[in-house]
Amino acid sequence: MSTSTTLEAPNTGTWDGGNEPMKASYGKLMMWFFLLSDAFTFGAFLITYGLARHAHKPYTGEAEAFTFSTEWWPIPEKVFNAFPGFHGVDLPLAFVALMTMILILSSVTMVLAVEAGHRMDKNDVQKWLLWTILFGATFLGCQAWEWSHFIAGTDQGMLLADGTRVFGANLTVNQYGPPLFADLFFFITGFHGTHVFTGWILLLIAFISTVNGVYQKRGHYEMVEKIGLYWHFVDLVWVFVFTFFYLI
Amino acid sequence: MKVGTHLKNTSLDMAHHHTEDNFHQTGEIPKPQTKAIWRTFVILVAITALEFLIAFTMDAGTARNAIFIILTIFKAFYIVAEFMHMKHETKTLMWSILIPLALVVWLMVALLAEGSYYYESITNYFR
Repeated sequence: MSTSTTLEAPNTGTWDGGNEPMKASYGKLMMWFFLLSDAFTFGAFLITYGLARHAHKPYTGEAEAFTFSTEWWPIPEKVFNAFPGFHGVDLPLAFVALMTMILILSSVTMVLAVEAGHRMDKNDVQKWLLWTILFGATFLGCQAWEWSHFIAGTDQGMLLADGTRVFGANLTVNQYGPPLFADLFFFITGFHGTHVFTGWILLLIAFISTVNGVYQKRGHYEMVEKIGLYWHFVDLVWVFVFTFFYLI
Repeated sequence: MKVGTHLKNTSLDMAHHHTEDNFHQTGEIPKPQTKAIWRTFVILVAITALEFLIAFTMDAGTARNAIFIILTIFKAFYIVAEFMHMKHETKTLMWSILIPLALVVWLMVALLAEGSYYYESITNYFR
């Protein structure tokens, strides 16, 4: 307690960290700039997807007659049309819709936790952090299912010129289209999933600290706010992944 | 709305500077102010639902893609402005985050043009 008080003592000198030109604490400012750099990383990933897509032949035939081929870039809703428990049923984008809803919900519970922190309401912070942890775990579980389905492939697979069939996808073989499509799926959703997982660990730590009263003693819940910024950013990235990978 | 945020920020600052005092004054907890949060949630869900509606009622093409991108930017605005609280930060902070993102826009223009050029040259080469 005494040590934390010393650490939290405000510096008042102008050149001593006493003035905050952007009226945000050092930690929050650094989180913002980290997120900016992360936005560049994700931007580069999604733009690479755009580059690869423009460099490949588009599918020009009727959507109903679409078949998987390494010749052309696949239509996303023909690739992502499976739902757990509905084997063989064509449900385009339904599972992604569910995942999107879960992530938006987790963002809402996160911002509610931050709001509760402003009011120094320990019980509410605990409650909303727990909801966020739950939704985060659900999202990660959904992504694990999505990956395993993508890797295992469909019943029909893809018919090759020599009469054999390939099923599923890895970094070199891809039943859904050009190998690059699968590579970018793994890299983009994998990198996003890693972010969700990291955020989830941070949320767990914040939850344990809240329960132990660490932030209450410190006098503010800024740590929850900073983790919140990160969590919302992960949601923001998903909004873009959803549009550029699944919708367009 | 503006006033409410100000008050919140002030109380946070106070908490910063008077650690001990605040620790002993936690008896009363103010009521939650969550109206704006739920409104943003409804907007995000509505836009996502609209995107799905468009995905299954409109033929793929440039027009549909443009609508998707515009709706995505709308969603991004609400997440950054409301959830990440950017709307209530100083203008300096806002612009120092937003202006560098222009580089991403440039990268996008450059690489998409590059991809199209690559595709054109390959198809014409084999024709």
